[in-house]
Amino acid sequence: MPHRTFLWFILPSLLAMILFIALPIGSVLVQSMHVEHEQVLIETETCGPFGCTPSVSVDQNATRALREAQPLGRFNGLRTYTDRNHLATAEVAQAWSETDSLTGFAGRLMNLPFYKALAFTLAYTFVVTPLVIVLGMAIALGVNGLPQLMKGTTIFVSLLPMIVTPLVGSLILFWMIDADGVIGATLQRLTGDPNLSLKASPVLTWITLFVYGIWHSAPFAFIVFYAGLQTVPAETLEAAQIDGASRWQRLRYVVIPHMAPLVVFVVLIQLMDNFRVFEPIVGFSAAANATSLSYFIYSDLRGDVAQFGSAAATSMLTILGVAILLTPVLIRTWRDFNRKRV
Amino acid sequence: MAFLRLSGLTVAAALAGGTAWAGCDLAGGDIRILGNDFAAINAVVDGARACEGDGVSFSANLTTEHRDIQVAALTPNPAEYTSAIVANSSIVPLINAGLIRPLDDLVAEHGAGLNRNQLITIDGQVMAIAFMANAQHLFYRSDILEQAGVAVPTTYEEVLAAAEAIRAAGIMEHPYAMNTKVGWNLAEEFINMYLGMGGSFFEPGTANPAINNDAGVAALEMLAALNAYANPDFLTFDSNATAALWESGQLALATMWGSRAAPILDDEGSTAEITGATMLAGAPTVGGGTTPASTLWWDGFTIAANISDEDAEATFVAFMHGLSADNVAANNDLAVWLAPGYTPGATAGGVFATANAGAAPYPMLPYMGLMHTALGDNLSEFLQGQESAAQALADVEAAYVTAARAQGFVE
Repeated sequence: MPHRTFLWFILPSLLAMILFIALPIGSVLVQSMHVEHEQVLIETETCGPFGCTPSVSVDQNATRALREAQPLGRFNGLRTYTDRNHLATAEVAQAWSETDSLTGFAGRLMNLPFYKALAFTLAYTFVVTPLVIVLGMAIALGVNGLPQLMKGTTIFVSLLPMIVTPLVGSLILFWMIDADGVIGATLQRLTGDPNLSLKASPVLTWITLFVYGIWHSAPFAFIVFYAGLQTVPAETLEAAQIDGASRWQRLRYVVIPHMAPLVVFVVLIQLMDNFRVFEPIVGFSAAANATSLSYFIYSDLRGDVAQFGSAAATSMLTILGVAILLTPVLIRTWRDFNRKRV
Repeated sequence: MAFLRLSGLTVAAALAGGTAWAGCDLAGGDIRILGNDFAAINAVVDGARACEGDGVSFSANLTTEHRDIQVAALTPNPAEYTSAIVANSSIVPLINAGLIRPLDDLVAEHGAGLNRNQLITIDGQVMAIAFMANAQHLFYRSDILEQAGVAVPTTYEEVLAAAEAIRAAGIMEHPYAMNTKVGWNLAEEFINMYLGMGGSFFEPGTANPAINNDAGVAALEMLAALNAYANPDFLTFDSNATAALWESGQLALATMWGSRAAPILDDEGSTAEITGATMLAGAPTVGGGTTPASTLWWDGFTIAANISDEDAEATFVAFMHGLSADNVAANNDLAVWLAPGYTPGATAGGVFATANAGAAPYPMLPYMGLMHTALGDNLSEFLQGQESAAQALADVEAAYVTAARAQGFVE
């Protein structure tokens, strides 16, 4: 396709992407480099049903003048990124110089909110993604082998975890693993430990969240792989069979190579999705034991004071994290693409 | 005492001003209300709805997520809502941003039926009208305390002893609970306990934190000691969870919100044995302190700044209808009402006892919300035994200072 035609061809979606993706990200970037104006505080007296107390409030007129002079707030450069609630560069350097063992350093690092969240986010991404791929492939192969009559129902049932809204799905599981819930009570009976709680221990909470993540995402991998399985050339499979290839060999040397591009696609989507893990942390009330970067953004924007600058910085760091994670996969795809073109 | 005396005045004022609001008499105006979603607020807003019609339009968005949208919703001109129903913590961001108007003129014109103590004034200007009070206090099961042979606790040290006696008697393994869900709830429990220990949150006259001290450590250690008698899931307990545990009969002692008393004591969701033995007491003191380890809260309404005077007047008058003595009397047991028409009932005992014992109001400081968030995010590791109390408090201070710097409160 000539470049000119190509440009006209993608112009509508390019415009939409600039309008709905690039511009908002640009605005978030600008916001992350600004902090609120210095607040001009005045002594006041507050009275209410419980009597009068001396208090402090923000001087409206002085603050308004500051705001009108600089509507974006004070320019702060990258200092929000390096502060203690984000990359904590000063604290990390201090921990590095003050500890003499790697475990001591890791302990200090895990006391910083960003790194604690990053640890869970990465663990979640790298445990859930491969298991979703393997499980999705296994379900797809299983369903593909079923008699035609049973396929429709099985596919529908297998897709249910994905159809259920993530928050609702996690809330249902949260109640089931409660000490009074069906799973929690059964586990207590099986282990004979009346104090066993899937919600209290960090390790068990992590495992619960991993299991939920796999349960929720496996249907997506399954449906993509199942569609792919329909396009595996029957002649090649038959030829392999005639050559004496076993069932495993046919899978390993015919089916899987054919499906490789789909696997790459699912890996890409899953890496992106899992790095942004959020709903299960809210649904499982798991913030005591597991937080993620997305949870931080949510937490910054809730409550009585919305911390836009901090949330914007975490958003940019999340985008950066996704970009770093996807780079190896994208490089690989690019190489394959070039090889094919030659 | 002042609180109880005022409630006596309440009844007198109700008799005097009961019929002042027979009709709305509004020429027109839009009434758009944003507020929290619980029974007492629903009752007020339903009462205010009577002003709808004859050129007056009425809409209400009552949601538990109201705090997260109120600043954005009141910022544009004209504002999305003409009124935000707030509590003493959530009014602060609206005042900080100058989004609500002084109500002195409206009170002078239409507020004859209000009690003096309903007026929330900041530097002499009325900024909100409070209509109900709330506080966390002790709920106990008289039958179980009797069975274990312990008296009703008045200090948290006695709560620990009572919980131990109940456990030792083999009645319950986890007899106690409080709202300790990580985040806002857990922070609120620390704030209560820390004030009970006589602590203060900031260096005097500044926004610099001052919680990493003996009172802070003692407050945290008391929280840990209490939660040793709670179910191991305690870091997921919000108000709904503790109320459900109570109604299912799994608790003998709990620190819960006064506004939960009515739904717990009604005849739904529990058995007569449990509700019949459920008693309310004031919040306990702690660490030899004399004031209860609890904070006093009010809920009230504000009027947006960025709306026309006509809409503001219509909204104010509609709220006066919602808070009429008749409407308050009809919904008497839903809350501890501050408005005229209220007769304190069985569900109010805990809040009254706590207020009369001199509990402090929740601090209305511009930077208290940031402290609350920092506390909510950083205390769970100590309660799980992963770090020391001093380290947890140091983390809170560091997280708070970082956030307060970005918000312009500290240098």
